Amino acid sequence: MEAGSLFVRFFILCTFAVGGLNTVMPGLFHYVVDEQGWLTARQFTDLYALGQAAPGPNALWVTLIGLQIASWQGALAATLAMLLPGILFSLLMVTLQARNPNAPFAIAFRRGLAPVAIGLMFSSGWVLLRSAGHDWAGLAITLATVGLLLRTKLNPLLLLAAGALAGASGVV
Amino acid sequence: MFWVRRALVHRHRWVSDGEFIELLGVAQVLPGPVAFNLTLMIGHRLAGYRGALAAGAGLVGAPLALTLALGIGYAHFGTLPIVQSMLRGMGFVATGLVLSNALGLSSALPRQPVPWLFVALVFTAVGLLHVPLLLVMATLGPCAVALTWAARDR
Repeated sequence: MEAGSLFVRFFILCTFAVGGLNTVMPGLFHYVVDEQGWLTARQFTDLYALGQAAPGPNALWVTLIGLQIASWQGALAATLAMLLPGILFSLLMVTLQARNPNAPFAIAFRRGLAPVAIGLMFSSGWVLLRSAGHDWAGLAITLATVGLLLRTKLNPLLLLAAGALAGASGVV
Repeated sequence: MFWVRRALVHRHRWVSDGEFIELLGVAQVLPGPVAFNLTLMIGHRLAGYRGALAAGAGLVGAPLALTLALGIGYAHFGTLPIVQSMLRGMGFVATGLVLSNALGLSSALPRQPVPWLFVALVFTAVGLLHVPLLLVMATLGPCAVALTWAARDR
């Protein structure tokens, strides 16, 4: 039952996930944590962080959320809900031979939605900031991560490993 | 994305750099994981619908198995104190990943008031005021596209 309603809501939200899954994270968080109470805020951020540690499309954290809520059915429902809108639209695009991303409307669409997507990503960052249990040391790690990623080409996986190490050694 | 591009364009020469950029432009406005949608379209260009299927499955298959393994591990050991502390540290880094992603993308925005107004409006509505995301997308999204379109004509 949970897997079914999870699929429906995730599918609707993911249909609006223009620019990647991070844009709809606040919506998924609100549904799973506030509305349904399936996960705590802390569990949600745990699973998000864990999803970043796996290689491949880092949107797979959505699968982890589904798995934790409703086992295999949940994982299947969440993964399909996340991938189906993209599959449908991608195939629609290639079928319509929409090959010209420089058509005026395509440009307006892309440029217009970019600030909306960015505003949503900041909201996602804010969701994590509020629920990952940040203290001053945690905030320092977050800021250091931002600085390092913007200034260097360090692999994010290294930083995640460093974060895990900092946690395990009791630094934060 | 970096690896996808390296494998498809440079190593196998299945698509040209131009085609890659062109399809990337399309993938960025489609819903869902950008790399996945891009891979689907490239797979389709190379070998039709079966190509799209193969490409999509190839991109997601192995990472999905690994992710599921991580998830099962979390379900069993997630409450252990040491795992909790490690995940806590990773959560701080993951927050930084998202924020740096948002900051990196915003540096590409034009230095004009309108795009930044939309960034601020969306963040205030969704992040601070918890207005339902779909409502915000359905109202501010079309406004943003329409304003960009109108500005183009001038």
